[in-house]
Amino acid sequence: MLQEVAQKETGDLVINVGPQHPSTHGVLHLVITLNGETIKKVEPHLGYIHRSIEKMCESLSYRQFIYSTSRMDYLSAHINNHACALAVEKGLQIEIPERAQVIRVLMDELTRLASHQLWWGALAMDVGAITPFFHAFREREVLNDIMEETCGARLTMNYMVPGGVMFDLHPNFQSRVKDFITLFKSKLPEYDELVTGNVIFQNRMKQVGFISAEDAVSYGCTGPTLRGSGVSCDIRKHHPYELYDKLQFTEPLETGGDCWARYLVRMEEMRQSLHIVEQLIDNIPEGEFQAKTKAVLKLPKGEFYSRVETARGELGVYIVSEGGLTPYRIKFRSPGFSNLSALDHMARGQKIGDLVAIMGTLDLVIPDIDR
Amino acid sequence: MNREELQSAITALNADITFEEGGEYLTANIPADACRDIMQALHNLPAFEMDYMFCLTCVDWKTHLTMVYHLESRKHAHAVVIKSKLDRENPEIETLSDIWRTAEFLEREVYDLFGVRFIHHSDLRRLLLTDDWEGYPLRKDYEDPINMIKL
Amino acid sequence: MDVKDNQQHAFPGDVHPTASGGILVSKLDDVINWARSNSLWPLVFGTSCCAIEMMSTASAKYDWSRFGFEVARATPRQADVIIIAGTIVNKMAPVLKRLYDQMADPKYVIAMGACATSGGPFFYNTYSVVKGADHVIPVDVYVAGCPPRPEALLHALITLQAKIKAGDKREKIVIEKFVDSN
Repeated sequence: MLQEVAQKETGDLVINVGPQHPSTHGVLHLVITLNGETIKKVEPHLGYIHRSIEKMCESLSYRQFIYSTSRMDYLSAHINNHACALAVEKGLQIEIPERAQVIRVLMDELTRLASHQLWWGALAMDVGAITPFFHAFREREVLNDIMEETCGARLTMNYMVPGGVMFDLHPNFQSRVKDFITLFKSKLPEYDELVTGNVIFQNRMKQVGFISAEDAVSYGCTGPTLRGSGVSCDIRKHHPYELYDKLQFTEPLETGGDCWARYLVRMEEMRQSLHIVEQLIDNIPEGEFQAKTKAVLKLPKGEFYSRVETARGELGVYIVSEGGLTPYRIKFRSPGFSNLSALDHMARGQKIGDLVAIMGTLDLVIPDIDR
Repeated sequence: MNREELQSAITALNADITFEEGGEYLTANIPADACRDIMQALHNLPAFEMDYMFCLTCVDWKTHLTMVYHLESRKHAHAVVIKSKLDRENPEIETLSDIWRTAEFLEREVYDLFGVRFIHHSDLRRLLLTDDWEGYPLRKDYEDPINMIKL
Repeated sequence: MDVKDNQQHAFPGDVHPTASGGILVSKLDDVINWARSNSLWPLVFGTSCCAIEMMSTASAKYDWSRFGFEVARATPRQADVIIIAGTIVNKMAPVLKRLYDQMADPKYVIAMGACATSGGPFFYNTYSVVKGADHVIPVDVYVAGCPPRPEALLHALITLQAKIKAGDKREKIVIEKFVDSN
């Protein structure tokens, strides 16, 4: 009898987290095998928000399909639209006006800021602090208002179209962005004071969720997840699109490979994005905001692949065209999908309580993973 | 390596490789049964060192399926697209999940949506759809009169 | 629903003044509905984009705690209202049904956004999207938008409050309809 109990106590326990769980940031389902409090295995089950976007895109025209991508990674909606617009432009060989390029880069970086703000608030909430969430959303609302004025939407903007952007900038845009820069520069030290310097927070982050550079590359991790392991992978640096080769910014790299490294990378990315916006906001050239394109777009036969750096990593859009009005096949290489596949590797041997912190620093957006 | 050098180096691996004209990346068509050896060479040989698989997908051409692998080397900064034709009725190819770990999930996705069986894959199950789902939805002839409302 | 603003927050019943103060005459049902409507606890449930707008509604600028919704619960056992924020797909539908079944009565449902209302942008040519969450569970209030603004969600929540105050429980409506048709 006693032996039985002892055996049971050392046996493995399988628990389900999700699909409805506040820390999975959506509807991710994890089957976790535990030995005591130590994680032996994490098995993600996907598909709870698989909306068949790739199939749907096969029946949408090249102007229409872009809207569905802003619902994929909704926190980087502009950047997703940007990737699709770039792929279509590659096929049509359109040169887009300089003004449109500047607007696109500005919007991308503002989106990245908004996304990282939300990540920061949500991460702090995941590890047990609720106040940063409200701080993050306070500043994010300012960005949302700026977006809304120009694009007409707060979250799913559908602002970038093949050939440029849909509308011109709102007259208030420049002054409001400048106000935001001043505001956010004063708030970032506050963020650091509130969370980064917090000893409890540091203890939750350091030495947790380690992944080495080789493993991270093999798992196809990109973005801050890979940069936290010390591998330079910024598409904006390695395969620059639009104006990024003319801009001055550094790619933050940390070598720790743990949650703390990923945290520091994202915090530094916010400063770099702010720096990029600062460089451009006074230098928006006059001119057209959209190149002249035909009303009906027809891509030539062939394959077109565009890569951009979203807030989570590398997004690839692979379009196979048969020369028709709609794409023959579209594949979205989403950053979250590959980052998630490394979760099992990161979490093994950690305590169950740390799993939430690891998922928080991976910054998962589930519709981006499931598509 | 630039494009021409890469092309000649890949040709040296296997005589049956053909190359496609045009395209953004160098595109090589390889026979499915030699896929694993060629991929292993691309990953391991110091001249290629394709350590990063940034995309793995499949395209249904109605007569056959084509596996498409996008590979890149972080060190040498060169990229190549590898394609491999598969039989549509009985699509089978060796898994690459032990060479690139990211392929494990991506292959499961392709199995789920296209029905390609990856031989020696450690855990080949449906990833996105439920286990009792019938058919492979990203195939061109997939019909679902209940769930799919055609426009 | 014809509920005037000043009546919304007032305690239900009539006050009859007497020499030493007054007597309040009210119906127990009204008092219970009044109490229920002013402390609705939402379930933390979000599948996609609308969840972000729901978080915005909860945060500093829109602050749904002004209307008594701030006690967002992570478990359905403690929640009164489920806000379906996002698309429901075939794989998620049984989970949603189970969450709804786990909630204690009385329970209310808000379908937030186009996806939860009708499938929205994913209505045509998709094989996995449920065309409206009301195929799975009954819905009390629908909100339009993709995603709806936080104000729209607040309006939906206030509408739900008005609906509860008016005593129009779903069970009652269903029973009335059933009686009528027979």
